[in-house]
Amino acid sequence: MDWQGQKLAEQLMQILLLIAVVVAFVVGYTTASFRTMMLIYAGGVVLTSLITVPNWPLFNRHPLKWLDPSEAEKHPKPQAVVVSSKKKFSKKLVSVLKIIVSLISLNQMTTFCY
Amino acid sequence: MHSFGYRANALLTFAVTILAFICAIASFSDNFSNQTPSTQIQILNINWFQKQPHGNDEVSLTLNITAGLQSLFTWNTKQVFAFVAAECETSKNALNQVSLWDAIIPEKEHAKFWIQISNKYRFLDQGHNLRGKDFNLTLHWHVMPKTGKMFADKIVMSGYRLPDAYR
Repeated sequence: MDWQGQKLAEQLMQILLLIAVVVAFVVGYTTASFRTMMLIYAGGVVLTSLITVPNWPLFNRHPLKWLDPSEAEKHPKPQAVVVSSKKKFSKKLVSVLKIIVSLISLNQMTTFCY
Repeated sequence: MHSFGYRANALLTFAVTILAFICAIASFSDNFSNQTPSTQIQILNINWFQKQPHGNDEVSLTLNITAGLQSLFTWNTKQVFAFVAAECETSKNALNQVSLWDAIIPEKEHAKFWIQISNKYRFLDQGHNLRGKDFNLTLHWHVMPKTGKMFADKIVMSGYRLPDAYR
């Protein structure tokens, strides 16, 4: 069953059982027969189980759209790139440090000249 | 609700739960029935009244029991258990009861009856104090339901007296 079908099956089950209970009690009470009430209720349970438990097509009217396998092969999963990003970061860090060192040395040279 | 077993389990659990509710409501509906039972007990004869070898008094009675218990039966009644008890008061205890006769009434049709028998169970005293005793005969009944609460009640008939001497 699909999701919509499952929801429908659950609701149908609850409503049908409640109706069976109410009808059974009313008929049993008015005819003053406990046996009648039990028989009607048992019949209601069997009917509900026949309607809601098996996998009827009406519960499969909104099937899920799974991705086609050939389509999945066209877009392979990306490889792990964790190591390269670390290298890039360290490269960037080194270049920034180099700039800072050159600025300091330039500053010193200028003061020295001055 | 994704598999057959799951749905079957959910359905059966719900069905049994509301079965319990419907039985509780059926039992509750018994409170609204109008019950008017009637009875009459006559002591036709005191067959004998002796002191037994073990020192206790014993009486044998012939009883004539008439009862109309049809109104006790509801749609939720399995059977009615009725019994006749002799009750008296002594200096030691406020209430002494001895069961003399009982019967199980399975259907409404058998609830109106007239029976003449000697006491089914022995009318024994603990001691020898029954001479000249005033006692009540009480018809008790228990209405046993098909589901739910059992009701019990009684009718007390007073004015009976045992003879002053052994016979």
